[in-house]
Amino acid sequence: MPAFISPTLIAHLVLIFVIFNCLVLSAAFMVWMERKVCAYIQDRPGPNRVGPEGLLQPFADVIKLLFKEDLKPAAADTLIFLIAPVISTATAFAAFSVIPFGSETTLFGLLSEPLRLEVTDVNVAVLVIFAITSMGIYGIVLAGWSSNSKYSLLGALRSSAQMISYELSYGLALASVILLANSLSLREIVTNQSGYWFHVIPKWYIFLQPIGFLIYMTAGVAETNRAPFDFPEAEQELVAGYHTEYSSMSFALFFLAEYINMVTVSAVATSLFLGGWLGPFLPHWLGWLYFLLKVFLILFFYVWMRWTLPRYRYDQLMEFGWKWLLPAAVLNLIATAALVIWLG
Amino acid sequence: MLTLNHFLILSGVLFSIGTIGVFLRRNLITILLSIEIMLNAVNLTFVAAGRYIGTVDGQIITFFVMTVAAAEAAVGLALVISLFRHRETLSPEAFTSLKW
Amino acid sequence: MDANIISFYIFAVIAVLASLGVVGQRNPMHSVMLLIVSFGALAGLYVLLDAPFSAVTQIIIYAGAIMVLFLFVVMLLNAHTEDDIPKTTIGPRALRIGVLLSLLLGVEVAVALSRLGITSFNNDPGMVSAISSVSRIGTQLFTTHSFAFEVTSILILVSMVGAVVIARREH
Repeated sequence: MPAFISPTLIAHLVLIFVIFNCLVLSAAFMVWMERKVCAYIQDRPGPNRVGPEGLLQPFADVIKLLFKEDLKPAAADTLIFLIAPVISTATAFAAFSVIPFGSETTLFGLLSEPLRLEVTDVNVAVLVIFAITSMGIYGIVLAGWSSNSKYSLLGALRSSAQMISYELSYGLALASVILLANSLSLREIVTNQSGYWFHVIPKWYIFLQPIGFLIYMTAGVAETNRAPFDFPEAEQELVAGYHTEYSSMSFALFFLAEYINMVTVSAVATSLFLGGWLGPFLPHWLGWLYFLLKVFLILFFYVWMRWTLPRYRYDQLMEFGWKWLLPAAVLNLIATAALVIWLG
Repeated sequence: MLTLNHFLILSGVLFSIGTIGVFLRRNLITILLSIEIMLNAVNLTFVAAGRYIGTVDGQIITFFVMTVAAAEAAVGLALVISLFRHRETLSPEAFTSLKW
Repeated sequence: MDANIISFYIFAVIAVLASLGVVGQRNPMHSVMLLIVSFGALAGLYVLLDAPFSAVTQIIIYAGAIMVLFLFVVMLLNAHTEDDIPKTTIGPRALRIGVLLSLLLGVEVAVALSRLGITSFNNDPGMVSAISSVSRIGTQLFTTHSFAFEVTSILILVSMVGAVVIARREH
């Protein structure tokens, strides 16, 4: 066996494999949860035929999509049409690579050095997530443009304008947390949130940055193109937006990307504002359970919101983003900076 | 062994490719893209030299170059749009009314 | 052959091929896409140079903002083939001179650089961590280079106003 194959390397590879599959599974679970919660909100049972409580419904959907014919408009730009869903999915998966979801573990002494529960720890992790998220826009724009259909193009234009507008508020909300934590590494940001005020209130940044959290969540909903900001695929106006012309597995890839982006936004919110894997009672190495719980709660909130609030109008969305959210984010950042300087 | 020369030669090659684009292409957008390639080649030199000397100044200059590139792209593309409105073409040969 | 040099050659080949593609493509849309690929490869090279901050800003600013602008213009102008443009008036002689000048420049740069001799990087861990530290870049940026930083903000304001004024449709 060559020297570079160490137990740590194998553990890392296994970790990457596990994270990848967990993301895919979480997307499947999200599809199920969305349909189930939506059904209960609308007072009907929802999927309940495939598997217990319809749990296997997403897999049935995927198999159905796999066996469908992959259609392509005759006037489409073939290469870009094929690459667009791949870009969407790849960026969605890549963003998760810098998110820590638990503290260190040696797997009960199996490894000589502790393994950190994340794919990689870079010292500019927050910026890496921001960069990868901003690349996700290409998948949507290219899909819309290459389809050569007016609804796709309109959906893509709306989506990119929306994402660019809300990215500013998103970035400013991230910046205010970075000011508090004095670090760009997500692991350090999470460990900075350990401890309690008055022995009861955890030192999470949501209590120092309530406005920042609200701005982040609002911008996050807009970034992931979810209701009430789901203009790119407003079905009453645009058929299905940028993925109108997609079918079969390439359509499924867009679907997958959308749900994984939601998971990523929730995971980043958890790490930045809700103390990541930190929580009371459980032993240190089980922290990832808290991480999963917090992410799940945010995701549930997402679904709940989608089936409760009606869609905005497009000009209202733009006005809200530029005239209210952005000034609020700037003021929040300035106030945070002043407080950080004042209190040392 | 990775040396400074590797990066400098790569940056020289990229810069030449950029100049070829500016010289040969008859499309305003591609010419702007070629200028971006040249700016990037220079950025690479700055970062590599900064790494060699052991200061962060190279990265800071890169930061400024990126800002200038953003400003250049905004104004350049605005010009392209307004030129396209007048002549319905992107060829630089269509805009020679001031030539004598 | 260590891992660094292998990664260097991978990124370098991607960057060069993608840049050649940008120059050689007839379709501006494909040119824009290839340029993004080239920027990605350059970001990889910045990581090799222990400049993660530059790598990330490269992606955020260049790939995430500037290229989106290009993409929008290409999409909305809808003049996506150079073949629509009437036969170029540029003669084969001018073409040849252009290529010659560019190649000459390339040779000149190569000669000038090879006079430097073999110059390996200093891999002192203290220096490497100082160079890759974002807080150090920030401190330098806001103290030594604060004037340049402020001037940049004026430049951006001017270009923003200029872009709006130039691109506005006259009534």
